[in-house]
Amino acid sequence: MPHTPENCKEVFAMLSQYLDLELPSDDCQAIEEHLAGCAPCMEFLESLKKTVKLCHECQPSTVPAPLTPEARRELEGAWKKMLERRGG
Amino acid sequence: MEQQREKELAVALLAGEPGAFDRFVEYFRSKVFGYSWLMCGHREDAEEVAQEALLKAFENFDQIRDPERVRAWIFRVAKNACLMKRRKSVFAPERELSLEEFLPIAEGEGEHRHIEIADWSKVPDKELLNSELGDRLRQAIAELPESYRSVLLLRDVEELSTEETAQVLDLTIDVVKTRLHRARLAVRQKLDAYLRREHATHP
Ligand SMILES: [Zn+2]
Repeated sequence: MPHTPENCKEVFAMLSQYLDLELPSDDCQAIEEHLAGCAPCMEFLESLKKTVKLCHECQPSTVPAPLTPEARRELEGAWKKMLERRGG
Repeated sequence: MEQQREKELAVALLAGEPGAFDRFVEYFRSKVFGYSWLMCGHREDAEEVAQEALLKAFENFDQIRDPERVRAWIFRVAKNACLMKRRKSVFAPERELSLEEFLPIAEGEGEHRHIEIADWSKVPDKELLNSELGDRLRQAIAELPESYRSVLLLRDVEELSTEETAQVLDLTIDVVKTRLHRARLAVRQKLDAYLRREHATHP
């Protein structure tokens, strides 16, 4: 893909699929050729890649309160019933 | 790796192994809580959703043939429970995100063509938990319209596959891909603005 603003737009639209390895190899190759000659797209791609990495690391800022004994009993009861049904 | 662990937890639970119950509950409770907390924004709701999702899972576990599908299945229950809970949205209104609003503005010609962008090369991608960047990221995710937030949380935070995400949310694969891309672009844009401000004040 030659290096024109129009092509940049086309590349821009496919960057997530490119990162996720979801593109057919033709498109993939076209994007790589474009990226090799286009610093702005390359730089943008790096920032998008980092964004995705940060999301992988994203944790809620808080943890749930400890499970109450009643809540635990409720869950354990359901689990045991399920095992009985499964076994029987 | 996470997927392998989740599968093992499910297999042990189905086999009635000692200790399996507590391990399963501990792991999935905090997972579902985390998702629901970022999804609905209310702590009590997120705790209730976690309990409801686990209870439903235990009640229906014998119908799951394939332990690989446990996580998609639990997230689906959690998503539905979140929808039932939904109070007035604390977050952004629902709207469509377009590609154009995230297209970087390029300046200059030829060799000198460049876009306005922060220096991302120094951004750490680990130890986010207590950092300001972590807060900014959570905020950026929270501010996504719900239909985009739900996709990004499952794909990029919980790392479900495109297919699993489509199953959980009752969407086509193409819609998942489109929404994910726009959600990422929106989050990227907010982080970029934050990083540029940071750099301007602490060069
Ligand atoms: Zn380009």
